[in-house]
Amino acid sequence: MDVVQLQRQLVDYRASLYHEAFLDEQFTQLQELQDENNPDFVVEVVSLFFEDSERLLNELTKALEQQSIDFKRLDAHVHQLKGSSSSIGAQRVQKVCIAFRNDCEEQNVEGCLKCLQQVKHEYSLVKTKLETMFKLEQQILAAGGSVPM
Amino acid sequence: MAGGGCSKDTAADFGDQPHVLAVDDNLIDRKLVEKLLRNSSCKVTTAENGLRALEYLGLGNDQRSTLEGTVSKVNLIITDYCMPGMTGYELLKKIKESSVLKEVPVVIMSSENSPTRISQCLEEGAQMFMLKPLKQSDVKQLKCHLMKCRS
Repeated sequence: MDVVQLQRQLVDYRASLYHEAFLDEQFTQLQELQDENNPDFVVEVVSLFFEDSERLLNELTKALEQQSIDFKRLDAHVHQLKGSSSSIGAQRVQKVCIAFRNDCEEQNVEGCLKCLQQVKHEYSLVKTKLETMFKLEQQILAAGGSVPM
Repeated sequence: MAGGGCSKDTAADFGDQPHVLAVDDNLIDRKLVEKLLRNSSCKVTTAENGLRALEYLGLGNDQRSTLEGTVSKVNLIITDYCMPGMTGYELLKKIKESSVLKEVPVVIMSSENSPTRISQCLEEGAQMFMLKPLKQSDVKQLKCHLMKCRS
């Protein structure tokens, strides 16, 4: 595939991510922060997000497996995940976190378990999408092209 | 406390490169706020909680008041509100209680747009309250505001 085709593919792909609310305007803010001094800024932040989210999802899973669930602790973790997903523009993940926090507040175990499943699902989707997007960017660079903004 | 003619306006000497202490327990948010500030030509130090921030500022529990006659290391403190242990509000209070640091502007960030929270912070002396997630335009506005405060 030639550079122009790849670039077009990337632009379309990105547009679809916004259209389907996987990403929101905050992600654009992230991209705008990237410059020649920090050419990998977006990838760095997103990688941090992946690591941190995976850690939090593990904590959430463990917390919900306890005999006696510590809802405060649960909520604290969800709050973190909500914050990070909001900061990078992972809108769908953030939305589930909002619902999740409500269930924590109401100490609704069923609700929390459902939300955990949902948030894992949304996280896995956005992770795949972002990785695909980064791969496309790499391909463009490897083919000697520049990544469209 | 401060010696002779040392009634320094801590903000006055930073020229265009204010030194900002950014406090946030969220790793991603720390990285983001740091970049936003650096993009606005600020020198940035980050802290992951209120205690670490206080230690950095010289107000730690086991630190004596070694701040006699010294000027604050930082020109601005920006802190998240919701943090485990010490909240941003509690950190703000501690800073305002310090004779050396009380002149340092403190900005609170929060993802909750709560009017009670906002007025509580402003009443305690916070310079500004900013809604997360922060954008570049927010930080630019903040810097303008900070520069104006000097004059």
